[in-house]
Amino acid sequence: MRNIGGTLVVGLGTFIAVLLAAFAQDNAFRLHMSVVALVLGLATIYMLRQIKFGPAPVEDKSGYMDGPIRVGSILTMFWGIIGFTVGVLIASQMAWPQLNLEPFLTFGRVRPLHTSAVVFAFGGTALITTSMYVVQRTSRARLFGGNLAWFVMWGYQLFIVMAATGYLLGITQSREYAEPEWYVDIWLTIVWVAYLVLFMGTLMKRKEPHIYVANWFYLAFIVTIAMLHIVNNLAMPVSFLGSKSYSLFAGVQDALTQWWYGHNAVGFFLTAGFLGMMYYFLPKQAERPVYSYRLSIIHFWALIFLYIWAGPHHLLYTALPDWAQTLGMVFSIMLWMPSWGGMINGLMTLSGAWDKMRSDPIIRMMVISVAFYGMSTFEGPVMAIKAVNGLSHYTDWTIGHVHSGALGWVGMISFGALYFMVPRLWNRSGLYSQRMVNWHFWLATLGIVIYASVMWVSGITQGLMWREYDAQGFLVYSFAETVAAMKPYYIIRVLGGSLYLIGGLIMAYNLTMTILGHRRDERPIPGNVAANVQPAE
Amino acid sequence: MEYEAFRQFADSWGLLYLVIVFLGVIVMVFLPGAKEKAQNAANIPLRDDTPLDGGPE
Repeated sequence: MRNIGGTLVVGLGTFIAVLLAAFAQDNAFRLHMSVVALVLGLATIYMLRQIKFGPAPVEDKSGYMDGPIRVGSILTMFWGIIGFTVGVLIASQMAWPQLNLEPFLTFGRVRPLHTSAVVFAFGGTALITTSMYVVQRTSRARLFGGNLAWFVMWGYQLFIVMAATGYLLGITQSREYAEPEWYVDIWLTIVWVAYLVLFMGTLMKRKEPHIYVANWFYLAFIVTIAMLHIVNNLAMPVSFLGSKSYSLFAGVQDALTQWWYGHNAVGFFLTAGFLGMMYYFLPKQAERPVYSYRLSIIHFWALIFLYIWAGPHHLLYTALPDWAQTLGMVFSIMLWMPSWGGMINGLMTLSGAWDKMRSDPIIRMMVISVAFYGMSTFEGPVMAIKAVNGLSHYTDWTIGHVHSGALGWVGMISFGALYFMVPRLWNRSGLYSQRMVNWHFWLATLGIVIYASVMWVSGITQGLMWREYDAQGFLVYSFAETVAAMKPYYIIRVLGGSLYLIGGLIMAYNLTMTILGHRRDERPIPGNVAANVQPAE
Repeated sequence: MEYEAFRQFADSWGLLYLVIVFLGVIVMVFLPGAKEKAQNAANIPLRDDTPLDGGPE
């Protein structure tokens, strides 16, 4: 009999979710647990149908464990499309407020759905998937713990579903990027500890004596996120089976804890983890080692030591003590060094092989990603300077900055990793189409450029209008007037986001056809060798 | 532990510890022989070759 253990666990989970719904203290918790029971119930039925009686076939356990990675690649693609679509929806809501459909699809509920869908669903699944791929191949060892990898993959998906449905139901603890309530946080903690055990266990049984630098970045991401998640979500639930809790911290301490978490979510989730991706997939696709391995070690330690202090720059000109604000600003500026060290290391990996930029669209995607990493990590410290922050804070400039990092750096490097992994995971001779990668590249790049530049214009306009005084010391513009001035920019932003979404749809089609084993009949890109079938060694 | 004591420990011994670790890393990176080791390590991903139409190993 096969699959019996996992089926029992999921079935038991369904039963517990039903119990939790039955004994719920409030309606939101009851609804939320009903959703969980439904999801787990459907999973149980599916898994029951998969159970085979009869002798289990001998499973080859000598090679790498790629099953969860295949599932993760498809899920990354799926969540990407969902996240980008929701992004276009909320961007449209900003331009045309009548698109706020009450009660579930109002901006206040859909906005955290967008941020969590792109950061945690798309980015998080991409990180878990690629970390499983990279750690096996750089350690030359199979994933540790048998089915533990499946638990991590699907357990994380359950977290995403709980978070997303919770937002739409109006369940939130109102902490940015940490909106899920206490019970969802506890579930993520369990999954994350399992993830740490999985990753550490695989590293411990490695056959390669040295731990490759990409794994250091992945491990820093896993350990730091565990610490940040636990401390930031310390809270007391109002009732045992209710959906509301209150933070353990109060006032400015609470705000600083939140932004210590928030900025390091950027630093260790959206940066360190994806740098791990860069340090593996860029050398692999370029077929040459990283420019300077020693620089990558300094890059790693400098990033680790500096990033954790930068959070207070989110609280400039607030009740936070002045020294803490200055500390945050100074450390943000020091971050230029590791960030640019890393960017130079990534770009210079191509030195002597720049022709690949012309012939290989996947390389081009990875290079633009590293370029956006450099640009957004240059812009970030500038915005952390108090004088600049006085203009930029609370304006669309911040939104533009985040998106140049998220769409440019995080998105593009993840697309590059997917284009690299998918043909190899399904044993295909190559991608369905190289030219479609090229289309994806240009649509996405154009989309980001439109998005970021239009947000600069709108953000600076907004900031200047807010602080315009007349000769008598009165504010010149009412808030509503500044909102009206933003309208054209919001409409153009929808265009930028849509281009990025269309690029994502082209990728989804391309990768789906690759998985199905098709090959597009197209004119090859001149000089592109990667597109052609490479004989096995 | 009282806040003041905790803080004083952090901004004296804690700070010293982190600075020493960081400087130690930089020194280690420039020790003689580190270059060969680094070049060897940089080639780890390239030695494991999963060809485009072959399975793992």
